Amino acid sequence: MEITVNGRTLNVMAEAETPLLYVLRNDAGCKGVRYGCGLGQCGACTVIIDGKPVQSCDVPVSAVAGKAITTVEGIGSEAKPHPLQAAFVEEQAAQCGYCVTGIIMSAKVLLDANPSPSDTEIKQALSKNLCRCGTHLRIVRAIKRAAAEMRS
Amino acid sequence: MAETPAKRKLPGSLEINRQLSQWLTINKDGSVDMRPGKIEIGQGILTAVRQIVAEELDVNIERVKVTAASTPTSPNEGTTSGSRSIEESGIAFRFAAAEARELLLARAGVKLGVSIEQLTVSDGVVKAPSGATVSYWDVTSDDLLQREATGEAKPKSHTQHKVVGTGAKRIDIPAKVLGKPVYVQDMETAGLVHARVVRPPSQFAELLSVDLDDVKKMPGVVAVVRDGRFLAVVAEREEQAIRAQARLKRNAKWKEVAQLPEFNPRYLLSRTPKTEVISEKKGDAPVKANEGKEFSAEYTRQFLAHASLAPSCAVARCDNGKYTVWTHSQSIYPLRVELAPALGVPEEDVVLHHMEGAGCYGQNAADFVATDAAVIARAVPGRTIRLQWMRDEEFQWEPFSSAMVVKTRATLSPDGHVSDWNMDIWSHGHGSRPGRTDGKSNLLAAWYVEKSLPRAPTGNPPLPGGGSHRNGLPIYDFANQRVSNHLIADQLLCVSSLRGLGSQTNVFAIECSLDEMALAANADPIAFRIRHLKDPRAVAVLEKVAQMAKWRPKEKGANNKARGVGFARYKNAAGYMAVIAEVELGEQLRVTKIWSAVDVGQIINTDGLTNQIEGGIVQAVSFVLKEEVKYDRVRITQESWDDYPILSFTEVPDVEVALINRPELPPVGAGEGTQGPVAAAIGNALFNAAGVRVRDMPITRERIVAAMA
Repeated sequence: MEITVNGRTLNVMAEAETPLLYVLRNDAGCKGVRYGCGLGQCGACTVIIDGKPVQSCDVPVSAVAGKAITTVEGIGSEAKPHPLQAAFVEEQAAQCGYCVTGIIMSAKVLLDANPSPSDTEIKQALSKNLCRCGTHLRIVRAIKRAAAEMRS
Repeated sequence: MAETPAKRKLPGSLEINRQLSQWLTINKDGSVDMRPGKIEIGQGILTAVRQIVAEELDVNIERVKVTAASTPTSPNEGTTSGSRSIEESGIAFRFAAAEARELLLARAGVKLGVSIEQLTVSDGVVKAPSGATVSYWDVTSDDLLQREATGEAKPKSHTQHKVVGTGAKRIDIPAKVLGKPVYVQDMETAGLVHARVVRPPSQFAELLSVDLDDVKKMPGVVAVVRDGRFLAVVAEREEQAIRAQARLKRNAKWKEVAQLPEFNPRYLLSRTPKTEVISEKKGDAPVKANEGKEFSAEYTRQFLAHASLAPSCAVARCDNGKYTVWTHSQSIYPLRVELAPALGVPEEDVVLHHMEGAGCYGQNAADFVATDAAVIARAVPGRTIRLQWMRDEEFQWEPFSSAMVVKTRATLSPDGHVSDWNMDIWSHGHGSRPGRTDGKSNLLAAWYVEKSLPRAPTGNPPLPGGGSHRNGLPIYDFANQRVSNHLIADQLLCVSSLRGLGSQTNVFAIECSLDEMALAANADPIAFRIRHLKDPRAVAVLEKVAQMAKWRPKEKGANNKARGVGFARYKNAAGYMAVIAEVELGEQLRVTKIWSAVDVGQIINTDGLTNQIEGGIVQAVSFVLKEEVKYDRVRITQESWDDYPILSFTEVPDVEVALINRPELPPVGAGEGTQGPVAAAIGNALFNAAGVRVRDMPITRERIVAAMA
C-alpha cells in the first residue's frame, strides 16, 4: 500500500485495517503523532488530510491511500518552525507537551480557514483535543499570537 | 590524627549524595554537565535547576547541559514528588555549584597571581584587576570535583541574582512542539518489538483457562507469555500486538468475585481503621456546653484518576539475567529497590533510565508498566520490548487517589471566633510508591506472576507533610482543636498519590466550614479568616486576592452568579494560595473565573511558576466539577474519556494569578497547593449563588439539584 506523508510517498506492509496512527509512527517515523486513546476522543494523534483535521487513530490506513497526509513534522522544523510552533514556544504553551502536536494541527486547520479567530472560535476548534495539564489558556494565547504573526 | 568529626549536614539532596562530581562536570569544551536525580514531568523542574546552576557558576545558561536521571550516573534523589524538587534538588545544586565556582576561582587565582576576592567572573571567564583573564574551561580538570562537598561555599545573595527569578524559557518545549521523539513512548531501536498485556477483567479474578496456541500462530507474533496469572503478547508490529492481545483476551476465561465497595465514599466509615489523633490542643478557655453555636458537617470525595493523556509506557531488555528499563517513573531509584526482588535478581542487575512520559500529577501507571515490560523481557530475553498500555487499561489499572470522608464539628463563640474545632478523616493511604524492602509489593504484575509477592497495605507519607491527613490540621488559630486520622490500610481499589493527596478534601472541608461560620458570625469570609490567622504571609495572599478580584466585603451573588473564597498553605509548610472562584449556575455549574494570589518564598522561574499554578487551578476545577472513578461491585467500569470526562477547552475558566515574591526566603514547592483552595472556593461560590451546600465531590448537576430539593 502506498501512502503520502509530508510530500514523501512510502510503501507500507501493514494490513488494510491498521489504524493510520501506527503506520505514521512506526513506518513513516512521525513520532509527533501521539497515541492517547485509540478512540478518536483526545486528539493527540491529529493530522491533516485534505485540509481537515483527522484523528489518525480512528481511520484505517486503507482509507487514506493516495491522499496527502500532513503531520506536525511536515509543517515546520528547528530551522524554520511554523508560526504556530514558534508561538507555542514564545507563550510557553506546554507543560508535559504530549497534547500539543495534535493541538497545533487542529489550530493550523482553523487558521488556514480563519485568519482572525476569536477566543471562542479557537476553543470550539479545539473541542476534540484534550489537555490534562491545564495549559488551555496559554494554548489559546499562542494560537492568537500565531494568527497575528501569520496575518502580518 | 585527630578524631574524624561528625559529618556536617549538607543542604537538600547533597546530604545523601555528597560527592560534587555526582552533580556537576565542568568541561574543557566550555560546557557544564548537570545531572539532577529529579525528573521532568512537565513541571519545568529541569529548567529551574538549570537556572540555579547558571546563576551560581556565573555562566551563560546555554552552556549548561542537563542529563536525564539514570540509576548508574545520577545522584539518588528518591522520588520526584510532593513539590519538593526545588527544596531538595535545587538547593543541592545551589550549594554544589557555589562550591564548584570557588574551586575554579582558586585555580584561576593561582594562574593570575591574585587572590580570589579580586576576581570577577562573566560567563565562565575569570578576570583579574589587571585585565588578565583565564577561563573555567582552561583551569578545569577531571579531578576538580572528585571530592566531597563541604557545604561551606556561600551561594549568592538573592540581591545578586540575575538568572534566578526570571522567566527563563523551558528547555524541553521546542522539541515538543516540533514533534520530536522525546517521550519513552517514542523510543525506537533496531529490532524493537511491541508488547501488550492481557489483564484480568477485575483485579481479584482467578484464571480458569487460557488457550495460547492460536495466538502464537497469528501474523507477526513473536511470543505469548504466561507467567502465573500474568498474560502478554509480543509481536513485530504494534498493531499485530494489539490484535494478538484482543485474541488472547477472548481466549482467557476468568472467575470474578464481587469484592469492590459500594459506589459511595461513605463505605469507608464501616471499614476497620487505624486511628491516630494527629492534633490535640486544649486552650486556656475550654468550651462550655451551650456556649456558642455548633456546626457539624460531612464532606466526601470519590476516587479520582490521574488520567494522564498518554497511557503509560516502558521499554525493557533482559540480557543474561540483567535488566535495562527505560521508564517515565518518578522514582527510578526506589523502583529499582522493589523491581529487583520482583524479578528475583539483585539490585545491581537492574538499570533504570528515565525518559519523559505525559504529565502524571502523582503516581500513575508508570511503575506498573515498567514492571510489566521487565517481566515480559525476562520471558523474551535479548529483545528490546516496548510496552504501552491501552487507554482502557490506564483507566482501569492505574493507582487511583483514594475516596475520602471528612467530618467536621466546630463551635462558634458568641464573640465570633472558632472556639473549638474537631475533624475526623477517613481514607485509604495516599502513598503506595515503590521502594519497599519488606518482601511485599505494590507493583501490580508482582501480584500476578507465578512467583508472586504479596500485596502491600497502603500507607501515608508521615506528618508534617502527611498523606490522607495532608492539610488535615487547620492553619488557623483555634482555641481548642482535635483532629483524628482514620487510615483504611487495605486497598479494594488500587490507590496511590495524586496531586495534593488528601489536601484537596481536607481543605474543602475546613474552608467550607469556615464560610458557614463566617456567615453565622455576620462577618466577611476573608475578614473572618484573617481574624484567625497570625501568619502575615497568609494574610498577605488573602488581601492580595481580594484586591485582584475587587472583592466586596460580605458580597452576595445575583442572577445565579456568585463568587467564593478558599485558602490554604500547602502542607502548612510550603506555598500559600488564596483563591476566589466565580461560578454561574445554569443547566450545569460553570466556573467562569479564578483569581489566585500565591507566595512560595523565593521564585526561581516566574513564568514556570505561573504555568504550574494555572495548570493546577484548571485541573482542580476539572476534579471538582467532573471527576470520579466509575466502578461496580466487581469491576472498574470506566474505559475511555467518555466514561471519565475532564474539563474541555470550552469549559476552562479565565485564570488570573498574582505572585508575591519573597527573594529573601527559601523557595518552597508550588505545584500541588491549588487543589484544596480551588475546591473550597467553588463550593463556597455555589453556596453564594444558590444558597445550597454541596459537600460531596464531584459537585455535579445531580448533586446540586438534590441539594436544592
